[in-house]
Amino acid sequence: MSYSEKVIDHYEHPRNVGAFKKDDDGVGTGLVGAPACGDVMKLQIKVSAEGVIEDAKFKTFGCGSAIASSSLVTEWVKGKTLDEAAKIKNTDIAHHLALPPVKIHCSVLAEDAIKAAIADYKKKNGLDETSAA
Amino acid sequence: MSDMTAVQGTKSNGLAQPIYLDYQATTPCDPRVVEAMLPYFTERFGNPASRNHYYGWEAEEAVEKAREEIATIIGADAKEIVFTSGATESNNLALKGVAYFYREKKNHIITVVTEHKCVLDSCRHLEQDGFRVTYLPVQKNGLIRLEELEAAITDQTVMVSVMAANNEIGVIQPLAEIGAICRKHGVFFHTDGAQAVGKIPLDVNAMNIDLMSISAHKIYGPKGIGALYVRRRPRVRLQALINGGGQERGMRSGTLATPLCVGLGEACRIAQAEMDEEAKRLTALRDRLLKGVSDRLPEVYLNGDAKLRLPGNLNISFAFVEGEGLMMGVKDIAVSSGSACTSASLEPSYVLRALGLDAEMAHTSLRIGIGRFTTEQEIDYAINHIVEAVSRLRELSPLWEMHLEGIDIKSIKWAGH
Amino acid sequence: MAAAAVYLDYNATAPVRPAARGAMLRAMAHPGNPSSIHGFGRAARRLVEDAREAVACLVGASPEAVVFTSGGTEANALALAGWGRRRLLWSAIEHPSVLKAAPGESIPVGPDGRVDLSALEELLAASREPAVVAVMAANNETGVLQPVADVVRIAKAHGAVVHCDAVQAVGRVDIDMAALGIDSLALSAHKLGGPTGVGALVLANSDVDLAPLLRGGGQERNRRAGTENLPGIAGLGAAARAVQDDVGEMERLAILRDRLEQGARQRVPSLVVFGGQSPRVSNTACLAMPGVTAQTLLMGLDLAGVAVSAGSACSSGKLAPSHVLIAMGAGPLAASAIRVSLGWASRDDDVERFLDAFGAVTGRLAAGRGTAERHPALAG
Repeated sequence: MSYSEKVIDHYEHPRNVGAFKKDDDGVGTGLVGAPACGDVMKLQIKVSAEGVIEDAKFKTFGCGSAIASSSLVTEWVKGKTLDEAAKIKNTDIAHHLALPPVKIHCSVLAEDAIKAAIADYKKKNGLDETSAA
Repeated sequence: MSDMTAVQGTKSNGLAQPIYLDYQATTPCDPRVVEAMLPYFTERFGNPASRNHYYGWEAEEAVEKAREEIATIIGADAKEIVFTSGATESNNLALKGVAYFYREKKNHIITVVTEHKCVLDSCRHLEQDGFRVTYLPVQKNGLIRLEELEAAITDQTVMVSVMAANNEIGVIQPLAEIGAICRKHGVFFHTDGAQAVGKIPLDVNAMNIDLMSISAHKIYGPKGIGALYVRRRPRVRLQALINGGGQERGMRSGTLATPLCVGLGEACRIAQAEMDEEAKRLTALRDRLLKGVSDRLPEVYLNGDAKLRLPGNLNISFAFVEGEGLMMGVKDIAVSSGSACTSASLEPSYVLRALGLDAEMAHTSLRIGIGRFTTEQEIDYAINHIVEAVSRLRELSPLWEMHLEGIDIKSIKWAGH
Repeated sequence: MAAAAVYLDYNATAPVRPAARGAMLRAMAHPGNPSSIHGFGRAARRLVEDAREAVACLVGASPEAVVFTSGGTEANALALAGWGRRRLLWSAIEHPSVLKAAPGESIPVGPDGRVDLSALEELLAASREPAVVAVMAANNETGVLQPVADVVRIAKAHGAVVHCDAVQAVGRVDIDMAALGIDSLALSAHKLGGPTGVGALVLANSDVDLAPLLRGGGQERNRRAGTENLPGIAGLGAAARAVQDDVGEMERLAILRDRLEQGARQRVPSLVVFGGQSPRVSNTACLAMPGVTAQTLLMGLDLAGVAVSAGSACSSGKLAPSHVLIAMGAGPLAASAIRVSLGWASRDDDVERFLDAFGAVTGRLAAGRGTAERHPALAG
C-alpha cells in the first residue's frame, strides 16, 4: 500500500503529540477505537472560557493513516469553537489526506475522537450535549 | 553495543534501498541459479515433450537432472517428483487430488488451524463438497499435540496434512512423530514443505511422509515453479487438477518449463550443499537480532517456539505499537506485518490468534525473515532501526502511556467498531 | 550429437525473444513478492501490472480481466472448470488440455479442418442445458483458423458461453476478444517467444464469475492463488509487446511458409498439405508424403539436423495418429503427417536447409522404398 505524501508527513512529523492533565476542567478527552481492532486514538482539547479550543494533543495506536488523521485534526480543531469543531467530517479528513478506501475508517475514528473529546468536556462542565450526534 | 555504534552513523538516506528481511515471503534468485537457467531460455529452449529431435532430448535431460536434485534433498526417488507451478498448486493438488481419488472409500481429512491459506482454502472447498475436515488447534508455542492428532484419526480418515515449518512463526512440527502415527493408522501424510525444504534436513522415508509440497522461490530458486513429492511405495494416487497432454505421468499436464525446472533443481543442489553452514549462520543472526531488540526494549515477545523454528525466522510482538504503523516506521527494512491489515477486514493474523495471542498483541507483530544474503551489518542496522521506531511509536501510543501509568488495558471497556 | 541446426517446431515451443529475456533478467533482480506491501513488493507489483496491460492490449481485453496462470493448459483447465456449466461442447480438433479437462460432446470438423457450424447449431438446439462451447482459434497441428466469430454468434443465440483456446493464434493473427464476443480466452507465453511456465486466461470482463482451480492467497482477484511468477509474467508482457511491435512479421512468415510448401511439393509431387485450402496462421505447415510414415521422415530429418514434429509435442512421444487429422477424415494418411512450424527467429536459410534435407530424405525413400524402411538407422 502506498501512502500519500500528506499521510507520510503527518506520520513522520506528527503535530501536537502529548497529553494534558485529564482532570483539568478545561480539558476534554476522547478515547476511541479498540486495541483489538488495531486502532486507538486519544484526542484531548483544551477549551477557553469563551468555548474556543485553544490547544489540542493526541496519542494514537494505529497505522500511518490513523496517526495522520489524528495529527491532522489536532491542527484543525485549534481556534475553532466547539460547535465548529463538531462539524469536522470524516470525509474532509479522508479527502485532505487522500486516504484509500480501506483506510476510511481511520478518518471516521478521528471524527469520533473529536466528538468524544467535546462530549467529555461538556459533561465535565455540565453543558448540554445536543451537538454530540 | 560497541559494534552497533559502528553502523549507528548510517542514516536511512544512506541506504540505496531498504534491507530485505522478508525471506519467508520470497527470496531473491541465487545468481548461481540464474546462471544455470539462462541457457534454457535461448539456445537450449526445446520442449522436453518433443521426443523426436535433439532440442527436446536436451531439454528432457535437463529436466530429469533437476528432478534428481529435488528428490535428493528430501531423500526421495526422482520418479516421485511431480513438477507444478508452485507450492500453492502442489498443496491444492495434494489435498484435492488425494481426497477426490479416494472419495469412494474415505472422506475425512485432518489439518491444522495454522496451515497456509492455500491448504485451508482447499480444505474448505472440500468441506463444501461433502468431505469432513478436522482442524487441529496448536499449543501456545505453535506446535500440535500428537495425542490430539492421533485421537482425531478415524477409519474414514484419508489424509493428514501438517505443514513442516510455518510461514509466519517458523515453528517446525514434529514430522517424524506425525509420520509414524499416520503410518500406524494407514493414513496418508502430506506436509507443506514450502518453508522447510532446503532449510532443515528432511527425509520422506525416515519421516514417513507420503506427499510433500515444495516451492522454488522460497529457496532462492525462480518463481512459477514448485514440485509435489508423491510416494510410489506404498503408492499414493491422486486425481489430476490439470489434464491434457499427460505430462508428469498424467498427474500434471502442461508444457514443462525447462529453465524453471533447472532453476529449482539447482536451488535444491545448492541448499543441500550449504544447509549446515547456512543454518548455523542464520541462527546466529536470528539470535543476534532478537537479543539486540530485547536488550533495548521492554515488552518484546517472541511468537512461536524459540528452539523448534526455522533458522531464519523471527516473529516478534512489540506490545503497545500497531504492526502496520510499525511497518511504516521501519521503512529502511522490508519486513512483513503479522497482521493482514491490507484487507479491509483488518483481521489480525489467524496464525498468531491460534497461538492464543490477544488480538491487540497479534496486531503488534513483525515477521522478520533472514536469509542467504543477509549480513551481520544489516542485522545491526535493523536492530537500531526497529528500536528507534518502536520507541518513537510508543511515545505516540496511548496504550503505552496507560501501561506506564499502570492501567491494565484489558480493564477498559473498549467500544470497538 | 550436436544440436540440430534448423529448428522448425515453433508450435511446440519457441526460443525466448531478446526483449522477453531482458525483461525476465530485470525481474529476476527484484527480490520482492508482488503481494508484499513494502517497497520491494510494490515494485514487483508494478511489473506484474505492466505485463497485464500488455497482454490485455494484445487480445483486446481490459487489464482487470487478465488472469495469469502457469500456462495454456492451466488456463484451459481453469476456464472449463471455472465456468461451472455441466454441458461442454468442444470441437473434435481441440488440444488435449481441452479434450481431457472434462467430459464433453464433440463438434465435428470438415475435411478443411474447420469446425462444422451446422453441427454446432444442431448440438446446441438439442438441449436447453446452458453450455460452454470450446473452439480453438487456430489448430496446433494444421494451423487452420476456426470461424470463431460464427461460433460465438451461434453459441450466443443458444445462451452458451464461448471459450477459445488461442494458444497457437495469439501473436500470429489479430484477435480482438471484445469484437469477437469471446467469453474467455487461453494464451501461452512460450508460443509467442515468452518463457515457458506462464500463460493467461483472459475474460470478457472483470465481473465474470469464475470458480478458481487453485485456492489460497487472494492473488489474481481470487481467481488464481499462488505467488505470481514475476519474471515469467514480465517475460510474457515483453513478448506480448514485441509481438505487437513486430509489424509485418506474419507476412514475412507467410512468404517463408509458402516457399517451404511449394519447395516441398516440387520435391514430392504427391505431397498433401492438410488444411492447405483453409485460412491458416502463417507459420504452420502440416505435410504428408503418402506411403512414408511420419516417424521415418522425422528420423531422416533429425539426422540431417532439422527439428520438426509429428502432431503436437505433448503426444509426440507416442506417435499415435493425430486425432486432428483423423477428425478431418485423413484416414491412414494421418500417420504420414509432419508439422513444420516457423517463428520469430526463423530465416530464409532455415527454409532452404529444410528443403535440402527434405529433398534428400524423401528422394532416398522414393528411390529405395522397401529397403529404406529396414535401414538400421531408420528402423523404428
